[in-house]
Amino acid sequence: MKKFGGKVLFLDRANINTDEIIPAKYLTEIDKEPLKQHLLEDLDLNNFDPTSINFEQYGAVVSRANFGCGSSREMAPWAFEVNGINVLIASNFARIFRENTFNCGMLAIELSEDTIDKIFQDFADKDDVLLDINLNDMTMKFSTTDLNYELEFSLTKFQHDLVKHGGWVKLAADKY
Amino acid sequence: MGKTIAQKIFDAHIIDDTYENAKIIKLDAVFAHEITTPPAIKDLETKGLDKVFDPNKIKVVIDHVTPSKDTRSAIQAKILRDWARRHKIKDFFDIGKNGVCHALFPEQGFVRPGYTIIMGDSHTCTHGAFGAFAFGVGTTALEVGILKGVVATSYPKSIKIVLKGQLENGVYAKDVILHIIHELTVNGATNRVIEFSGEVIDNFSMEERMTLTNMAIEAGATSGICAPDMKTVEYLWKYIKNDFNDKADALKEYSRWLPDADAKYEKEFEFDVSDWEPLITIKYSPDQSILAKDADIKIDQAYLGSCTNGRISDLRIAAGILKGQKIADHVRGILSPATPTVFKTALKEGLLEIFMDSGFVVTNPTCGACLGMSNGVLAPGEVAVSSTNRNFKGRMGKGGMVHLASPATVVASAIAGKIVDPRKYISSQEEGK
Ligand code: SF4
Repeated sequence: MKKFGGKVLFLDRANINTDEIIPAKYLTEIDKEPLKQHLLEDLDLNNFDPTSINFEQYGAVVSRANFGCGSSREMAPWAFEVNGINVLIASNFARIFRENTFNCGMLAIELSEDTIDKIFQDFADKDDVLLDINLNDMTMKFSTTDLNYELEFSLTKFQHDLVKHGGWVKLAADKY
Repeated sequence: MGKTIAQKIFDAHIIDDTYENAKIIKLDAVFAHEITTPPAIKDLETKGLDKVFDPNKIKVVIDHVTPSKDTRSAIQAKILRDWARRHKIKDFFDIGKNGVCHALFPEQGFVRPGYTIIMGDSHTCTHGAFGAFAFGVGTTALEVGILKGVVATSYPKSIKIVLKGQLENGVYAKDVILHIIHELTVNGATNRVIEFSGEVIDNFSMEERMTLTNMAIEAGATSGICAPDMKTVEYLWKYIKNDFNDKADALKEYSRWLPDADAKYEKEFEFDVSDWEPLITIKYSPDQSILAKDADIKIDQAYLGSCTNGRISDLRIAAGILKGQKIADHVRGILSPATPTVFKTALKEGLLEIFMDSGFVVTNPTCGACLGMSNGVLAPGEVAVSSTNRNFKGRMGKGGMVHLASPATVVASAIAGKIVDPRKYISSQEEGK
């Protein structure tokens, strides 16, 4: 199983697509590792400069609706994975992106739009926001020095099994 | 309640029914090519799981860029080649034996009615022409298919399309599927299987059925399926004759995949094809099309090939039109027979000579220009008429425009130098057929 949680990166925009996450010109890469330095390279977001960010220090992303729309490229979740970002939280995900993410043994957690709003309000302007994930009772805890709270989330049994086994390859290897 | 073809095949292959939104089914075959398989191979190696579930059920081809054109394509080919050898995959097709996957694998007898098949390629739906449940998948799903011979997917729901009437001379399977996609739109069958039936399908050859099912994905469908019949048995007979007493016996066995009379479809369409005319696509989406006769579009290139229309029947139709004719001076005509068998048959029948005399160049079997990687890439601003299946922006080269059409329309347009309705180019002997 992967490590879940850590410092949170906030991406305050809806409809962030797979081209923004990893541009098409890198799709001929055969390995995952070269994707690492190109994560979010073309993200269209105010004051966001990917070259000045060390993505490795983060463990989770919180964003808004329809995250991961666009092409079916599995390189999109891979680009997060190689940076150690294994938790993606949004009000909803594009279907293929969500499936790809769970297939990689990562978490794509959907929370209500209101909850996402509240998280952005409470935390988005703060540094060092930490996320803890408890997969057994399906809760997560956001915390900074002066504020913290716990939220519940839900996964289907298949998603839970995928995550527990570290992805579809491992689950299938163990089970079938 | 009755079941569709897809549901019957699905139910016969379920091995884990415990999950609500995903069922795990057993695979009869996993197909692989050199573009999407290498990342899966690498990932399996990284995970220490460099194994294959059954080397006899994995069929491998280098087809997209072959012979390799640069270092990157050479590396992709090498990873696939080394992997196939390492795992003793005997059905591995490299230079000299290779051809476009969805034309080659059926021709080699690798598909059967009732089979479940995946590949890291969206046009895997082609194999549904044989009454199989075949669909394209992403990298991780492909890895698991290779490793364990299973795939996770949701329970299939189908759209039924019944085709009635008689196609006019000069109107082909390609025109039929372009019409259907135009009606359904590119999203019309998303998350659905299309099951084709009716007298038009009954009369279609297996090659024409493959042209139809090949483009099911362009309407968003997971797969396209035709029910198996005597034509399916005839096509496969040399590969299955030891399994059955006679053809009737084989048909009886395959008939268990026919849909139930009370099968439930999400939607049903009935089309009469009798007054359908040759179409071409315009713009960058396969559902946007106009009548070929209304197009007045000058072309730079005419391409005949691909998994949609690079088979021998396509070449015969095209050569029938090209015989004794020259293509326009400003047009580059490119023929890429889809497989070595198609190439050899066309050679024997004198078709290649007709193509070359008319001004076409003949390339080795490969996807090549279809995806704008080699053998006929367009320059910005150039226009092609093509027998392929995708007209997405930049598909055959950045800044280029692709108009999809039937093989007849492609070569008639090559002669005219602009897109034309092929019917006035079809000779009277052809009409007699
Ligand atoms: S011929 Fe074109 S559509 Fe068919 S498999 Fe090759 S690249 Fe894909």
